[in-house]
Amino acid sequence: MENTDKVISGPAQIAFRNFNFYYGNFHALKNVNFEMEKHKVTAFIGPSGCGKSTLLRTINRMYDLYPHQRAEGEILLNGENLLDPKVDVTSLRARVGMVFQKPTPFPMSIYDNIAFGVGLHEKLNRTEMDERVEWALRKAALWGEVKDKLSQSGMSLSGGQQQRLCIARGIAVKPEVVLLDEPTSALDPISTARIEELIDELKEDFTIVIVTHNMQQAARISDYTAYMYLGELIEFGNTDQIFMKPKQKATEEYITGRFG
Amino acid sequence: MDLKTKRKFTNKVALTLSVGTMVFGLFWLAWILWTVLELGVGGLSLSLFTEMTPPPGAEHGGLLNAIVGSLILVGMGTLIGAPIGVLAGVYLAEYGRTTLFGKVTRFVNDLLLSAPSIVIGLFVYALIVANTGKFSAFSGAVALALLVIPIVIRTTENMLMLVPGTLREAAFALGAPKHVVITRVTLRAARSGVVTGVLLAVARIAGETAPLLFTSLSNQFWSVSMSEPIASLPVTIFQFAMSPFEDWQRLAWAGVLLITLGVLGLNIIARVALRAEKLS
Repeated sequence: MENTDKVISGPAQIAFRNFNFYYGNFHALKNVNFEMEKHKVTAFIGPSGCGKSTLLRTINRMYDLYPHQRAEGEILLNGENLLDPKVDVTSLRARVGMVFQKPTPFPMSIYDNIAFGVGLHEKLNRTEMDERVEWALRKAALWGEVKDKLSQSGMSLSGGQQQRLCIARGIAVKPEVVLLDEPTSALDPISTARIEELIDELKEDFTIVIVTHNMQQAARISDYTAYMYLGELIEFGNTDQIFMKPKQKATEEYITGRFG
Repeated sequence: MDLKTKRKFTNKVALTLSVGTMVFGLFWLAWILWTVLELGVGGLSLSLFTEMTPPPGAEHGGLLNAIVGSLILVGMGTLIGAPIGVLAGVYLAEYGRTTLFGKVTRFVNDLLLSAPSIVIGLFVYALIVANTGKFSAFSGAVALALLVIPIVIRTTENMLMLVPGTLREAAFALGAPKHVVITRVTLRAARSGVVTGVLLAVARIAGETAPLLFTSLSNQFWSVSMSEPIASLPVTIFQFAMSPFEDWQRLAWAGVLLITLGVLGLNIIARVALRAEKLS
């Protein structure tokens, strides 16, 4: 994986092939097979513990941090298997950004929060970095609120602003894919609405994968939906189809609230 | 007695007992502070900071050599001990959390943390003083460093453990290698706690006497050489307070006051530093 072609390669297509995942002896994801399209928002839904976050965290190999977690099979990012041991995880993570459930601003200024990730992968001079920081903050719809206080601590922002800062930080690296792990579950409704609008705009530049507990949210913002249960991918398809006329009875029962 | 009256009664008894024990504890502390102030203030004067420790019966005299000696010993001890402690604390929290080596190190460090300081003094005596054939400021600094290390390891590790795992994951998710995550994110998040730990270690060794008796000994004259015996406030207090000479005893009390104020000041700085960070 060449670090240099990530800027020109654009958003990616992601495919899972015969994918299995284990926490120690626990078989957490069972034979997952499906593909996600470029420039689209794909939502993972399902009851707690079904494996949707686990699945999301394999796309940037977050599980590498923990010794007892392992994956089998293939995850293809534009055709390249990112589970290949030869893949360098640091440059993979430059191609696949991630935003977490709780806002996680670093204990540094707003500017440095953004510059931190960029500086890890690119050598930019001061002007270029200034431009990149502004670009990312504008993309994340935060520029207007913070442009006069870039040197203030990132921790001084409100929860919703902190989450948009984290999104800005992720996209500043210019990844191909942005992973969102329940990004609005710790936010109030107004901040949630802003993030949802933002996601809609971001898919022009990135492929978006989002895990959400909130089915209405999945219906509102996603193009495709994957319903998971007990580590298996029960149904995957067009969001309208999944919510209007699901093929699987289990999906229908979950969507209509009869269970879950 | 119905249930509610009984509960209220139990509550009163518990409250009285806990307030009583708190007052009992504070009473002695206040008494100690009062005595130190009462007896120490009389010895405070400019000459305390400008003149050397006097021979018995001399008209003038101060604690200059002991004050400077203490600053050197505590400064060198911290300079040697704190970096080792911080690095070992980082190892335990970030690399050796679950490894056998980490667990053994943590256990041994806890033992060291509660080791009597006189044991450390004797150890350094056997290691350095006996081998070089003389008491020296350097051996004193080493003894104090050995007291600093376990304290700083413990506080650094604890403070790093308090940094939320999600913050680490967020840094890794941007493609940061582990050493960058540690130096630029987790250590930074724990910075004020780590500094507080070092300050508390300084406060602890500032008053240590036992390890210095075997190592830096004392010196009645001005000396800043690391290879010679050096005066220090605690050892000078020990000698002067035990002496039958009234002017020496007065100087000892003034020294006690100086150390008490110094340690109090360090604790206040440590607390303010920690709070300032939490608010930001």
